[in-house]
Amino acid sequence: MRYLPHTREEITEMLAVVGKDSLEGLFDAIPLECRFAGEIPIPPALTEWQLGDQMREIAASMAVGPDHTVLVGAGRYHHHIPETIHALINRSEFLTAYTPYQPEMAQGTLQGIFEYQTLTARLLGMDVANASLYDGGSALAEALLMGLRVVKKSRRVAVSAAVHPHYRAVARTYLQSTGFELVELPYGPDGRTDVSSLQNMTELAAVAVQSPNFFGVVEDLEAAGTAIHAAGALFVSCFTEPLAFGLLKNPGQCGADIVCGEGQSLGMAPSFGGAALGMFACREEFVRNMPGRLVGETVDLEGRRGFVLTLSTREQHIRREKATSNICSNQGICAMIAGMYMASLGGSGIRELARLNYDKAQYLRAELEKAGATLVFQGPTFNEFVVRFDRDFAPIRQRLKEQKIVAGIDLGRYYSELSGCYLFCVTETISRQTLDRVVREVSL
Amino acid sequence: MKSGPGTSGLILNEPLLWEKGKKGRRGMSIPTSDVPEAVLDAGLTGAGPDFPDLSEIDIVRHYTRLSQWNFGVDTGMYPLGSCTMKYNPKINDKLAATPEIASAHPMLDDGSVQGTLQIMYELQKYLAAITGMDAVSLQPSAGAQGELAGMLVFAAYHRSRGSVRTKILIPDTAHGTNPASAALCGFRPVALKANAQGVLDVQAVADLMDDETAGIMLTNPNTLGIFETNIRQIADIVHAKGGLVYGDGANMNAIMGIVDIKKCGVDVMHLNLHKTFSTPHGGGGPGAGPVCVVRELERFLPVPRAVKDSEGYRLEFDRPESIGRVHGFHGNFSVLVRAWSYIRSMGPDNLKKASQLAVLNANYIKERLKKDLHLPYDRPCMHECVFSDLFQHENGVKTLDMAKRLIDHGYHPPTIYFPLVVPGAIMIEPTETECKEDIDLFIEVVQQVVAEAREKPELLLQAPVRTKLRRLDETQAARHPCLRG
Amino acid sequence: MKELSELEFPETIRYTEDHEWAAVDGDTVRIGVSDYAQDQLGDIVYVEMPEVGDMFEKGDEFGTLESVKAVSELYLPMGGEVVAVNELLLETPELINQEPYGSWIVEIRPTDPAEYDELMNAEDYIEMLRG
Repeated sequence: MRYLPHTREEITEMLAVVGKDSLEGLFDAIPLECRFAGEIPIPPALTEWQLGDQMREIAASMAVGPDHTVLVGAGRYHHHIPETIHALINRSEFLTAYTPYQPEMAQGTLQGIFEYQTLTARLLGMDVANASLYDGGSALAEALLMGLRVVKKSRRVAVSAAVHPHYRAVARTYLQSTGFELVELPYGPDGRTDVSSLQNMTELAAVAVQSPNFFGVVEDLEAAGTAIHAAGALFVSCFTEPLAFGLLKNPGQCGADIVCGEGQSLGMAPSFGGAALGMFACREEFVRNMPGRLVGETVDLEGRRGFVLTLSTREQHIRREKATSNICSNQGICAMIAGMYMASLGGSGIRELARLNYDKAQYLRAELEKAGATLVFQGPTFNEFVVRFDRDFAPIRQRLKEQKIVAGIDLGRYYSELSGCYLFCVTETISRQTLDRVVREVSL
Repeated sequence: MKSGPGTSGLILNEPLLWEKGKKGRRGMSIPTSDVPEAVLDAGLTGAGPDFPDLSEIDIVRHYTRLSQWNFGVDTGMYPLGSCTMKYNPKINDKLAATPEIASAHPMLDDGSVQGTLQIMYELQKYLAAITGMDAVSLQPSAGAQGELAGMLVFAAYHRSRGSVRTKILIPDTAHGTNPASAALCGFRPVALKANAQGVLDVQAVADLMDDETAGIMLTNPNTLGIFETNIRQIADIVHAKGGLVYGDGANMNAIMGIVDIKKCGVDVMHLNLHKTFSTPHGGGGPGAGPVCVVRELERFLPVPRAVKDSEGYRLEFDRPESIGRVHGFHGNFSVLVRAWSYIRSMGPDNLKKASQLAVLNANYIKERLKKDLHLPYDRPCMHECVFSDLFQHENGVKTLDMAKRLIDHGYHPPTIYFPLVVPGAIMIEPTETECKEDIDLFIEVVQQVVAEAREKPELLLQAPVRTKLRRLDETQAARHPCLRG
Repeated sequence: MKELSELEFPETIRYTEDHEWAAVDGDTVRIGVSDYAQDQLGDIVYVEMPEVGDMFEKGDEFGTLESVKAVSELYLPMGGEVVAVNELLLETPELINQEPYGSWIVEIRPTDPAEYDELMNAEDYIEMLRG
């Protein structure tokens, strides 16, 4: 086996040094009742080439592949990824390193993460961003738990029903054994969160709103923030599509205290939902309550600028059960990718790309309306929107699939009242020609 | 004079991203618009972020130079105890980047994504087979999230029986994540001390285990690198009091094909795919922390999981007692693909052999270094061995100084100051992928560092001197945090 | 870390087993940590303090001291109401390392001034440290 370098002679020599006759002898201390019986019941080893064949078979079984146009976002977005990212991220000095516990040997990772933290804070309009959490879902859960730490006396948090349903599910999981209460805020007819119900709620530590929300609708974050602060709670602003902040007002500008979301859009492939990137930022006054690692600037013995992991006393390996989170490994390389992507776009590029997403999505939205579809929510949208058709859309969707176009997803599965309403996403990767084909099928 | 692989090279300076570039540059192409410009509500628009504008070569040189300040498994030996820094096979990365896999969207119907579901289904089966456990969820993104899922399963199980339990036993040899994960589930950690042999006493568990205790959370092999030989009796005691046994599987690399986790009496465990199953750690992640359970607890696992029936693979959601989701989608899927690829490449014999050789390498290092470094628990170890700096105290040299000196010699230092039960701990985990001559050289270099500690301690106190930067001021970083530019 | 003989323990103040000191100043008492405690912790990087007006019982945790890699809880030697916190320490926590007895952390109005007399004097405290 090419990963196991020991020769038979070396094994014999080494066994002699440790005073054992056989490899089995190394495990003498393990009681018989704990032993594994027989061979591990998995398939036999494959060569690199056989494994490649196996993967080709699996790839061929994917009914929707890279030659399809997928007009679906809902938390995972198809964007162009520059070749530079593939080349740079495969530099194994980044990829095969562990967490930067020895800063003198990990300045590459540390400076890269410091840059990611900085660009993230600038994108979201916040003071401080951490080195990443697992994904948008757990980032929301951590944001709510952080709110409960900051607003100590309150035991309740609220989340908009227009937050990604999977993220709400993760938040429920994280809170289920804590004794804290999680309530949902309804959405209104315009697809925006109805914050009026906050007036009747007490003991709120944090309220989370997503923008653009699961329906693609851009929330009135400033108004939501005002209502949330009036209720005495921290304002958590969540997102699934960070590219939107290239064009829209950022959450910090709208008064958010904690901002959390998913960063896959920033240079990562959809990859069936992972690896993901939990982005997390807050106002400076809350930094000691923040979960996750932080990289900070310092100097070395000779006064030269360098970077280290810092404020570690918040974390599990020091504060143990009183830590701000149990997170240890995060999404390091994904944060590096997001940094590379934001730097590749630059300030002017992210605006242009965000604008292009907006224009293309608006184009399809308008053309579908002309073709007889009804816009379900009247609120403003970015690169996703929800429409309903005047007849059964399933057969049309099937015809489009035969043309290698996946036309939206039915929201009935997530919101029973929205059965037959379809969520579409259009990014820069999709040509007008393809959008026109969708409109043509709908019009037929 | 033994020379490790370390030397000096031409390392280039590189400023921060925003200290270079010019407004108007662009590092990636953006499609030209083929649709009309849409009306945009000025009330919604912002100024856009203040990002630097860089060209493509600016980006490429920036990150290439940064990478040269880093050290990975591909660079050299990385004997970081508890982290299993084995070789990360290249084929795994290639397969994870297969276009059909990388472009798969997680919100499509099962019929569209049979291939990715097949990988999930097979990996669930393989991990169950390797551990001896019955059912697996792949959702947790890392070991700590696997622990959280596992502890939530504990809580859900006790709730289902109408039993109120507020405590959990956690040995002092546990990972720091263990108490933090348990606390998130409302359990108060009760510390349990290892005995003089570095393992748990049956009686110590019996004394503390009561019907207010949810169970025990232990790591086996433990963080001293020693197998918990009393595990079966401990599990019996915990079960007799209605509790459950959690096995932190971070150290699975020592026992594949050798120990059956279920037979040990473990009810819930997690695996770290970025340790045992060779997926690259990426300078901090992503990892993957699948959670494995016995049949009786399967109903509590996170949803969805991949199942197979006559029509093919599908995601199963209908588990009313499930703890719910811990991830927005299916966990770090690209990591799962790499682990799947590794298991298929290895097969049953090589996985077992990997564990045997990992244990051989660690014992070999332990035997050859125990005269040079203090060995607090002198008994056969599993895949890692734990020394301390006790012998070096008389020279005013600490573990940290020896670690920093190893950097000058071209090695990533071992894990230091962990586990906490050994003051000044030096925890060495060579893994099975290091060959004998590299291990011999490492041993000789450690011996030389020990000699330097006696003869020229200044060399250690000043180390590292061959790196781009010297020791960094962590106190200043924490006193006056500068977390962004 | 220093030898016990290199550390200072003024005789005018009282000490606790958790290494806090207490010094009477009129009808209030100032609380800090001993030279031994700051030496054990090393470079202190952050002090977490209660708010003015908070009420505590004797032995309650009222804050934490943080070094780079450790957190140490602070326990109140006497019950009472916090009347002042030393805000200087927020920006310059290193003052505790430099002048442990000049750097009070909180000032309290004790509920029961007699609790002061139950605390250890310097001699007893040094005896305890010698073990």
